[in-house]
Amino acid sequence: MITLNVNGKSYELDVSPEMPLLWALRDKLNLTGTKYGCGVAQCGACTVHIDGQAARSCSIMVGQAAGKTITTIEGLSGKVAEAVTKAWQRLDVVQCGYCQSGQIMSAITILTGNKKPTDADIDAGMEGNICRCGTYVRIRKAIHEAAKALA
Amino acid sequence: MQNSRIRVRKARVVAGFFAAIAIILWIGGTGWSLTPTASEAESLAAWEKIATVLQHPRCLNCHQLDSPLQGDTRRLHVPRVVRGPDNHGVSAMRCGNCHNEMGNNPTSRTPGAPHWQLAPVSMLWQGLSVGDLCRMLKDPSRNGKRTPEALIEHMATDRLVGWGRNPGEGREPAPIPHREFVDHMKAWVAGGTACPK
Repeated sequence: MITLNVNGKSYELDVSPEMPLLWALRDKLNLTGTKYGCGVAQCGACTVHIDGQAARSCSIMVGQAAGKTITTIEGLSGKVAEAVTKAWQRLDVVQCGYCQSGQIMSAITILTGNKKPTDADIDAGMEGNICRCGTYVRIRKAIHEAAKALA
Repeated sequence: MQNSRIRVRKARVVAGFFAAIAIILWIGGTGWSLTPTASEAESLAAWEKIATVLQHPRCLNCHQLDSPLQGDTRRLHVPRVVRGPDNHGVSAMRCGNCHNEMGNNPTSRTPGAPHWQLAPVSMLWQGLSVGDLCRMLKDPSRNGKRTPEALIEHMATDRLVGWGRNPGEGREPAPIPHREFVDHMKAWVAGGTACPK
């Protein structure tokens, strides 16, 4: 059995330690806000937080995440998460929405470590989250707006 | 009186003998020899073998300036990642976001090993000749302040170095079996870490 701490709750799962964390989140815990995009750590749709750091749950294995604090889009809380989600709504960032939970998780990690990111900081930090609708300009603007709200 | 002096002397000789045996056994156990046992020619020959490993994509891909390369074709890492202040990436794009310390992910095929990272800037191997790579590797200011013995230890036991021989599906392992590679390292060091011109 493997113990996962997800969104403040502890779960005992009878799964292989090599199972991708995303499989456990979506198929075992029914936390479907985190999306399956490419499955090979190329698109960022599956981004969650592990000990506060953005992580690709399709690539991080259950055994690697055991004993750590996992947060999915459903379990977000705190000032930074609030500022980011409000900015996202205010600027109507989302188009189709499929990549957006991953985008938001990465944006929160950036702003948690850097209260005033430049465009270059944002580009470097968001590089692993792709958006087929091309909402990048609004994403960048929303991160700046969230930073202002947090200042 | 004289007898007791003789007994003390004998006891010292015996103690010294056992101490010498203990030191010899200890040195033998560490795997190092006290004096170089290989010639310079043997050291050079060993280096030529070592270089084939260090210049293989499994090693060279992460001894780059700002971004690692990927695959046997040595293309730029996708998605783009940059070094960052601690060689582990930046903000939401850190090496450990995808690469597992516990090993390769057989599902996503993302490779993994402990302390997955870009090699420090002082250890840029890209574009070096075999001779220059040799001189860099033995230079403490460019090898992480390692003595020759520490280099052997690093190559023999570091799990990220060892990953190069078990890189997961779709990647060619570094050449030369691990034990043989470590033997080449020992021969290179034993012969005085000789480098080609």
